[in-house]
Amino acid sequence: MEVSTQSTIQADVKTQVKNKKSTLLSRLRENRVTYLSLWFLVLIHIVVFLGPFLWTVNPEDLQQAGALAGWSLQHPFGTDDLGRDVFARMLTGGRVTLVVGLGAMLCSLLIGTVIGACAGFMGKVVEAVLMRLTEAMMAIPTFFFVLVALTVIGTSPLMVVLVIAFSSWMEIARVVYGETLKWKQYEFVEAANASGATPFRILTRYIIPQIIPSIIVAGTLTIAGAILTESAISYLGLGIQPPTATWGNMLQNSQQYIWTAPILGVLPGIAITVVVLAYNFLGDGLRDALDPKFVKK
Amino acid sequence: MNPNQPSKEPLLKIENLKKHFTVKSGGYFNKKKKVIKAVDDVSFTIYKGETLGLVGESGCGKSTLGRNILRLQEPSGGKVYFNDRNILTYKNRELRKLRKQMQIIYQDPFSSLNPRFTIGQVIGEMYDIHGFAKGAEKENRVKEMLELVGLDPSRNTSFPHEFSGGQRQRVGIARALALNPEFIVADEPVSALDVSVQSQVLNLLMKLKKDLGLTMLFIAHGLNVVRHISDRVGVMYLGKIVELSETDNIFDSPAHPYTAALLSTVPEVDPRLKKERIILKGEVPSPASPPSGCTFRTRCPLAKERCKAEVPGLTEVRTNHFVSCHYPLEDGQTLKEVIVSRGSVNS
Ligand SMILES: Nc1ncnc2c1ncn2[C@@H]1O[C@H](COP(=O)(O)OP(=O)(O)OP(=O)(O)O)[C@@H](O)[C@H]1O
Ligand code: SF4
Ligand SMILES: [Mg+2]
Repeated sequence: MEVSTQSTIQADVKTQVKNKKSTLLSRLRENRVTYLSLWFLVLIHIVVFLGPFLWTVNPEDLQQAGALAGWSLQHPFGTDDLGRDVFARMLTGGRVTLVVGLGAMLCSLLIGTVIGACAGFMGKVVEAVLMRLTEAMMAIPTFFFVLVALTVIGTSPLMVVLVIAFSSWMEIARVVYGETLKWKQYEFVEAANASGATPFRILTRYIIPQIIPSIIVAGTLTIAGAILTESAISYLGLGIQPPTATWGNMLQNSQQYIWTAPILGVLPGIAITVVVLAYNFLGDGLRDALDPKFVKK
Repeated sequence: MNPNQPSKEPLLKIENLKKHFTVKSGGYFNKKKKVIKAVDDVSFTIYKGETLGLVGESGCGKSTLGRNILRLQEPSGGKVYFNDRNILTYKNRELRKLRKQMQIIYQDPFSSLNPRFTIGQVIGEMYDIHGFAKGAEKENRVKEMLELVGLDPSRNTSFPHEFSGGQRQRVGIARALALNPEFIVADEPVSALDVSVQSQVLNLLMKLKKDLGLTMLFIAHGLNVVRHISDRVGVMYLGKIVELSETDNIFDSPAHPYTAALLSTVPEVDPRLKKERIILKGEVPSPASPPSGCTFRTRCPLAKERCKAEVPGLTEVRTNHFVSCHYPLEDGQTLKEVIVSRGSVNS
C-alpha cells in the first residue's frame, strides 16, 4: 500500500511538472472554441477601450442627422431615438458594461475568497457561521436581491458593481472553501504551522496560491454572470441611468423601434450575448486546461 | 547501563497523553459515532540529548503521538512538559514562539514541501516567520543549511520537483534544523525513500543529531531501522506504549511478547544465529473497538484469563525496562521457550 500511494503522488507531481512545461496558452489552443473566445475577448476589450479615442463622436450629443437616421459614413450604425450616434454609444456603453463586469468580478472574488478561506481554515465556529451565511445567500434569488438592493441604495455605477458582487460571491466562496479544506491537509501546510507561521501567513502564502487556478476559472464565469445581471437590471431601468450608455440600457428603449430601427436592439443584444458566451467558453476551457488530470482527447 | 547514555535530565515529560478521534459512520437514520483511541493514556520521558526510537505497526498511533506532543493536533487529555512547563496550556502566541524549539521531519518528501516555493524559500520562511534574518544574511544562512545537509547551495532557487526523493528529504531536514531547535520529531523520515538512499539519510540524521546536540523522537515502522540510531526504544501497539527500554535491552532481552515476536522476524545480521520466527496470528484489531483488558491478547501467544479482565499498566520490571504485560518474559528467555514451558490458553 505504502508503495502504491507513493507512486501515485509521484505521478501527480510528474504530471504537474509536465503541465508547467506545456504552457497554459498551448493547452488552451487545443480547444478551438476556448481559443477563439479568448482572442475574441481580447479584441473586443481593445475595441471598446481604445475605440472611443479613435471614434471621437460624443455619445451623448444630438447629431445633425436627427433621430433614427439610417447608416451613413458619419454614423455607421445610424442614430438612436434621440438622435445620438449609435456606434459611439456602443463603444462607451461597452466600456461601462465590461468595467462593471470586471469590477463586480474582482469584488466578488475578494469577498468569496476571504469568506471561503476563513471558513475552511479558521476553526469550526467560523466555518459554521460563514457556510450558513453562504447557503442563506444562495437561497435568496439573485435577481430579487439585486432589484431590492438597487432600489434601496441607488443606481450609481459603483453601487451596481457592489450589489452585483454581493449577490455573486457564494459560488466562489464554496470553491475556495472546498479547496482550502483539501490543501490544509497537506503536510507542507502542517509544517508551516509547526514552524510558527500565523494563520494569515499560512492562508496567503501556502493555501491561496495553490487555489489560484480555481479562482481564475470561477472569476471568468462570474464576469459572464455579472454582465448578464447588469444588462438585465439596466433593461428594467433599475441599473445605471441614462444618459450614461451601457449595453443593457441601450436595449431598454429599443423594443419600441424593433420594426423601424431593429439595429438599436440587435446590436447591444448581440454584443451582450456574444461576450457572455465567450466568457463562459473561456471559463470552461480554462477549467479543463488548468486541471492537472488534463488529457488530450 | 549503556555508557553512552545521554544525560538523565528530562527534556520532555509526557503524562497520560490521549488523542481520541470521533468518526461518524452509518447512514442518515442510524448515525453511529465511533471513538478511535489513536493515542491512549501514554506516559513517558524523553531525556536531553537522547534519540528515542518509536516503533509499531501501521495505524498504531505513532504519527498521532508525535503530532500531539508538538501540539500540531490538540490532545484529548494529558500533559506535555517541555523543559518543565506544560505546553498544553500555552496560548497561540506563546505556542508560536515555542515552535522554534521543536520541529518535525515528515515521511513523505513529496507533500511536505510547498510546491510553489523554491527550496531557498522553504528554508528562508523559517527565518521570515521568526524575524531572524533578512536579505543577504538570510540567503547566507539558507545556503549554510543546504551545505549542512549535503546539498549544493547554489541550487537554492530550484523548486522541490527538480530534486530526487532523498534530496527533498534533505531539504525537509534543513528546514527543520534551520532555527536550531532542541527537539525534533522524525516521523518515518526514510521509509518513503529507496533502500539505497535510506542509509545515507539516516547517517546524515545521526551525524547532525550528534553535532547539534539534538534530542529526537525517531518514529519507524520496523525495529531494524531504529536499532542504530536510538538510545532507547519504545514499542507501540494500538495507541499504547507496551515496552520501553534501552535499545540493547529491547533487542537482547525483550520482555513483552509483542516485541519478542516482532524481533523474531527481523533478519539477523549473523546468519549463524538462527532464530525461530514467531508469526503473530490474526490482524491488528480495529482501534475503534479494541479488545478488553490487554489489547494485545487477541494475538498474544501467552494470553491467559487474567489478560481479558485486567489492563496491564506500564511498569518497571527490570532497571529502566518498562513493560505493560501481566506475564512478561524473564531476562534472557526467548518467546519460544516460554510458549513451550507455559503452554497457553489460546493454542
Ligand atoms: N484525523 C483523523 N481522524 C480520524 N482518525 C484518525 C485521524 N488521524 C489518525 N487516525 C486514526 O488513528 C490511528 C493512528 O493513526 P496514525 O497515523 O497515528 O498511525 P501510524 O502509527 O503513524 O501509522 P503509519 O505507520 O501508517 O504512519 C489510525 O487508526 C488512524 O486511522
Ligand atoms: S498481558 Fe497477557 S495478553 Fe497482554 S501481552 Fe501480556 S501475556 Fe499477552
Ligand atoms: Mg505515521
